[in-house]
Amino acid sequence: MASIAEAAPKPPNALAGALKEAALAAGVAGALALPLIGFHLVDVTGGVSVESRLSWVVYAMLAVFAGRFLLAITRRPAAASGHRDARRSASGKRNARLVGLVILAAVLVLPFLPFSNRYVLDTAITVLIYVMLGWGLNVVVGLAGLLDLGYVAFYAVGAYSYALLALYLQFGFWECLPLAGILAATFGVLLGFPVLRLRGDYLAIVTLGFGEMIRIVLLNWQDFTRGPNGIDSIPRPSFFGLPFREEPPEGGTSFHQFFGLEYAPEHRIVFLFYLILALALVTNWATLRLRRLPIGRAWEALREDEIACRSLGINPTNTKLSAFAIGAMFGGFAGAFFATRQGFISPESFTFMESAVILAIVVLGGMGSQLGVVVAAAFFIVLPELAREFAQFRMLLFGLAMVLIMLWRPQGLISGREPSIRLGRPADG
Amino acid sequence: MLSVAGIRTFYGQIEALKGVSIEVRQGEIVTLIGANGAGKSTLLMSICGNPQPRAGRIVFEGQDITRLSTHAIVRHGLAHAPEGRRIFPRMSVLENLQMGATVADPAHYADDLARVFKLFPILERRQQQRGGTLSGGEQQMLSIGRALMSRPRLLLLDEPSLGLAPLLVKQIFRTIAEINQREGVTVLLVEQNAFHALRLAHRGYVLVNGRIALAGTGAELLANREVRSAYLEGGHGAVPA
Ligand SMILES: Nc1ncnc2c1ncn2[C@@H]1O[C@H](COP(=O)(O)OP(=O)(O)OP(=O)(O)O)[C@@H](O)[C@H]1O
Ligand SMILES: [Mg+2]
Repeated sequence: MASIAEAAPKPPNALAGALKEAALAAGVAGALALPLIGFHLVDVTGGVSVESRLSWVVYAMLAVFAGRFLLAITRRPAAASGHRDARRSASGKRNARLVGLVILAAVLVLPFLPFSNRYVLDTAITVLIYVMLGWGLNVVVGLAGLLDLGYVAFYAVGAYSYALLALYLQFGFWECLPLAGILAATFGVLLGFPVLRLRGDYLAIVTLGFGEMIRIVLLNWQDFTRGPNGIDSIPRPSFFGLPFREEPPEGGTSFHQFFGLEYAPEHRIVFLFYLILALALVTNWATLRLRRLPIGRAWEALREDEIACRSLGINPTNTKLSAFAIGAMFGGFAGAFFATRQGFISPESFTFMESAVILAIVVLGGMGSQLGVVVAAAFFIVLPELAREFAQFRMLLFGLAMVLIMLWRPQGLISGREPSIRLGRPADG
Repeated sequence: MLSVAGIRTFYGQIEALKGVSIEVRQGEIVTLIGANGAGKSTLLMSICGNPQPRAGRIVFEGQDITRLSTHAIVRHGLAHAPEGRRIFPRMSVLENLQMGATVADPAHYADDLARVFKLFPILERRQQQRGGTLSGGEQQMLSIGRALMSRPRLLLLDEPSLGLAPLLVKQIFRTIAEINQREGVTVLLVEQNAFHALRLAHRGYVLVNGRIALAGTGAELLANREVRSAYLEGGHGAVPA
């Protein structure tokens, strides 16, 4: 990319450079596409056989060539884009607040809008779960700058805490919610200890391993967790003691009776919707508060420069552990909610793919930006829903959308803090 | 006030400090000069416990701080403006200064901030700007100002004049003198700019290859033939005007 920037003032070179780059990209695309889409299985009588479709590979290469070429010739060299003044980011902050409030208002009335139905609400609940997970992970990755690839572990700990406590001790949702958070936070500290000294790539690898470990333990500890069969009939939440059932339990009242409503299965969905909305808002409020407290400042400072932090008297151990613990706690809350919403959980819900999606939400949202997480979560959940018809190409579209976003907004959809990182630390002199 | 006795610091197998002893008395400016790689920064960092010396003793105001961790050491009233400024680039100037007050009593935060702004008026005008977008000299001022926010009794400065224009170098040195005289802060100063540093300092040490080669008052060292030929004439220090 440096070559484009240098060659930009001289058009002929720029063209040649762009062609060269496009050819290279097309080559890579071809190499990848050949095994991935170059062959497919077809049903033939008595089995399957492999058929080649090399023309598809050629199309993929042509598309990549054209895309890369256009990008290379249209992209201007990264000029001094760093000096945006403070006033602009202040007004940006105000705008973000306004947009946030508008979105919140829209979400609050969503269940009463005419087009709202079970499907819309279900999707919205899923989005909100990911918003909450994104906000939780944001504490660790966005604020403290600790790259965590195993966040799903805490989600799993939260979900299994509730499921197991309900299964063995008949605990209800409201007792389990805080316990799930505490247990997940404990696991956060447990993970934090061994990785305190690690940074960047090494940290990422160890956290990735931790996420897988939790899943594999859940999978193999059959006597306790029921392994791959999962846990079913997890109790549904009640409305502070009033169950959402057509037939109330003996001697009790159910929700619709208490409020004199006609029984409708949607009541529970609407309740779940507001429950996750409340949980997510608590997460948001707590992180915004923490950010202004010394501990939140210390997280941010630690992300920027650990050595400077030490010499200012910040204890990096406690600071990192608290980030892990608090991030994990929110993951645990979300997990407990997930368990009660699904009524069934199994280790399969907690694969690395989940961690990757949550991390992508944080990164695409613009590390550290609360509103960015909302936008990115909506994008990540709604896009695949819309693309259901192209099930085969879902991941391809997904990847394409990510590439486009990263080109269009390299700092994420909404960059909270001024991205002076690209300027680097000014060299001496 | 600070007494370093025979410390030996290692980076893996490499011995960067081979038994260094220095003494800093209350109210002094003491400077440490030496060639690149002599171990000056290592000495300041060892005093702050990162890395900890393998042998020797460091006593600050009567307390043995040799085995304390960095964040505990700075709570004793010692501040370190490390080599390369190390300000927080994405935080505003004000936030950087607030971070400097981490171990300070919040009660005198406003006073300390006013004091730093008085020493470096440019920081007050730039307080909302991001640290990373300051000029090199401004960053240096921020780094010193941030260290002062904890109200240290001893300030360790690592090459505060690095990469600054001659005029700014003079200004920085003047400010260091001011911090020392008016605020009563004791200063241990590491400098490549041996001429200015020795003129400013009450006493100085010359570090060669992890050992103290020479010690004396600033004037003595300035007059010393070996010091002149190694660090002043045609060396990387400023040529006396
Ligand atoms: N983190 C490290 N790992 C290994 N060796 C190191 C490390 N830091 C410093 N050293 C080595 O220790 C020796 C002393 O380094 P130090 O940074 O203290 O020198 P200095 O006197 O401050 O030099 P300069 O004037 O260039 O800043 C050098 O030989 C250096 O290569
Ligand atoms: Mg040095």
